[in-house]
Order: sequence, then C-alpha cells, then structure tokens
Amino acid sequence: MAEEILEAPNVVEYPFSRTTGPVVGAFLTALREGFVVGIKAADGSVIVPPVEYDPFTAEALTEIVEVADAGEVVSWAWVAEPLADQPLDRPFAWALIKLDGADTPMVHAVDTGGDPAGISTGSRVVARWRPPKPAGSDEPGPGLAEDPNPPRAYREGHILDIECFVPEAS
Amino acid sequence: MTDISLPERLRGAEPVRSIRTFARLEYAYTPGRAASRFLNQVTNKRLVGQRCPVCEKVYVPPRGSCPTDGVPTEDEVELGQSGTIVSFCVVNVPFMANLMEIPYVGALIQLDGADIPIMHLIQEVPYDQVHMGMRVEAVWLPDDEIGPTLESIVHFRPNGEPDAPYESYKDNA
Repeated sequence: MAEEILEAPNVVEYPFSRTTGPVVGAFLTALREGFVVGIKAADGSVIVPPVEYDPFTAEALTEIVEVADAGEVVSWAWVAEPLADQPLDRPFAWALIKLDGADTPMVHAVDTGGDPAGISTGSRVVARWRPPKPAGSDEPGPGLAEDPNPPRAYREGHILDIECFVPEAS
Repeated sequence: MTDISLPERLRGAEPVRSIRTFARLEYAYTPGRAASRFLNQVTNKRLVGQRCPVCEKVYVPPRGSCPTDGVPTEDEVELGQSGTIVSFCVVNVPFMANLMEIPYVGALIQLDGADIPIMHLIQEVPYDQVHMGMRVEAVWLPDDEIGPTLESIVHFRPNGEPDAPYESYKDNA
C-alpha cells in the first residue's frame, strides 16, 4: 500500500552562555576595540589567541601584548561551496594566519574574491574589520542576541569582529 | 585570580565577560512507516495503535515491531480518546522556551485499549488534584489546525469518570 512517510525538520539547540575569563575576555575586548592581542609564553614567544596557561610549563600566563592585524598565511584550505553560517557566502579559504608579532598562527577566513589563486602559503593578508558600534546604538551585543548567528553589523567582542582577512595590497 | 597585565589601549575598556555560543543541530527527522501511519491518522482525530501477534500488547505510537517478541505488528487497533493517568510529574521549573505557566502537570496516559502509555499535558484541573488512576480525555485543536503531530491534542483533561482500578494499569505504574 502506498502511503506517505512523514518527514519534518528537527532542530536541537543549546543556547549556551560562556564566561570568557580575563584572558580570552581581553582578546575579545581588543577585537571590539579594533586590534589583536596575544599573551607572552614562558619562553618569551607570543601566543595568539591568548591562552591562560603555558602549553609547555603549564604556568599561569599574565602578560597580554598587542600584535599586528596583518600577517602571513601558514596553511590554508579552500571552501568551494560555503555552508550556511560560515563567515562568507562565496568561495573563500580557511587559513592559519601568523600575525606579525605572534609566534603561533590563528584560524580565520580569507576572502580572495572567490579566486583560489589569490591565496598561497606565505602570502600576506590583513584583517578586514567591521566598523565600531556607534555611540548610543541599541543593537544587541552577542550576550543578548537571541539569534544564534545575528548579522554582525558592528564590532561587539566576537571573533567575527574581524569579518575576514584579505590579501594585503602589494 | 592571577593579575593580568594589559596593554595601555585595553586598560580603560569595559571588558568582555561572557559570550553566547549556540550549539545547533539541524536534523531531517522521519518517524518511519509505522509512526507515519499513526500520525496521519491523528490528522483524522483517530489514535491507532498496533498489536503484537505474539504477546498481544498494543503499542502506541506504534514502531512497526514488538520490542519483546521481535515480530512485525501489523494488526491495527483504534484506541479510545480517553485514558488513565499511570504516572505524572508536577513541573515547577520554568524552561527557556517554555510557554506553560508553572506549576503544570505532565503525565503518562494509558489510552483505553493500549498497553503502553503516551506522555501528554494535563490541564483544566488544579495540579495538586492530579493522581494515578485519574480518567482523562483528549482535547483537540480546532479542526483546521490539526496536523500529523501529537500536538494536535492540546492537552488531556479529567473526563468525569471514577478512577480506574489499579489492576487496569498496574503494568505501567
């Protein structure tokens, strides 16, 4: 007997709220203010994004330092068909980017205008920042927004305050 | 807490202390053939279970086979619109997306003719009068809002009958 087999969307969502702690909090605060910080490790190297404890000695780290918002592509992967909720809606690269002044690379998206030839290991990229939130703007910050992926018009203390990286003008 | 030294530019800034990190999983769920038949019948305001040919238990919602005997359950059995509360819970904790006023009562209801209970909401009675053995009936949405979901039943409410004898639901109590 032909009969209809039902199907329906089933969305499971956990609206976690996480405290950042002083170290990750400093990183997000700096993003909101339009710059990038890392932390001095026990051996004097700079870890970006900052971590609370030294990865080798496990001692607590305390010295937050500013790094540049431009750097070098260490490794990358091309995303030919971006998924919903990814930072860009056209083909882009996920890249490990070692910012000037940092000793560790960090992951972010790189927009080459959709052209995979626009990125290579060793190529230079620079952050494309969102604008700062205008004084008096009542747009909800990330701590208030009910939408899991709110359109982020302004910088508000989130990794996507850097919209993406773009190739540095040569 | 360890003292953190900040670069000059961060010292006056209001620090970020928390962020929302949603975890979201999107599934396309299919209830399968047996439960689809059940839900399509719900659209006609009918509650139809399936009987195991070996143990003769009537399952609702049916899953298409008997978990005890491992045989298909093809014999369909129309169940009553009333049933007996076999277990219940008074909910006093509000949930984030909860539309119900607390306290409210969730109950396991053994529909007449079924051998296992379904879970649903009990309303139209003070929460502290709900009890095991209480007889309740389904309250349906308006006809034009009914669809293939148990949410087509808004809730169950007492139907005025005397309590069911314990013997009639002891296997599920």
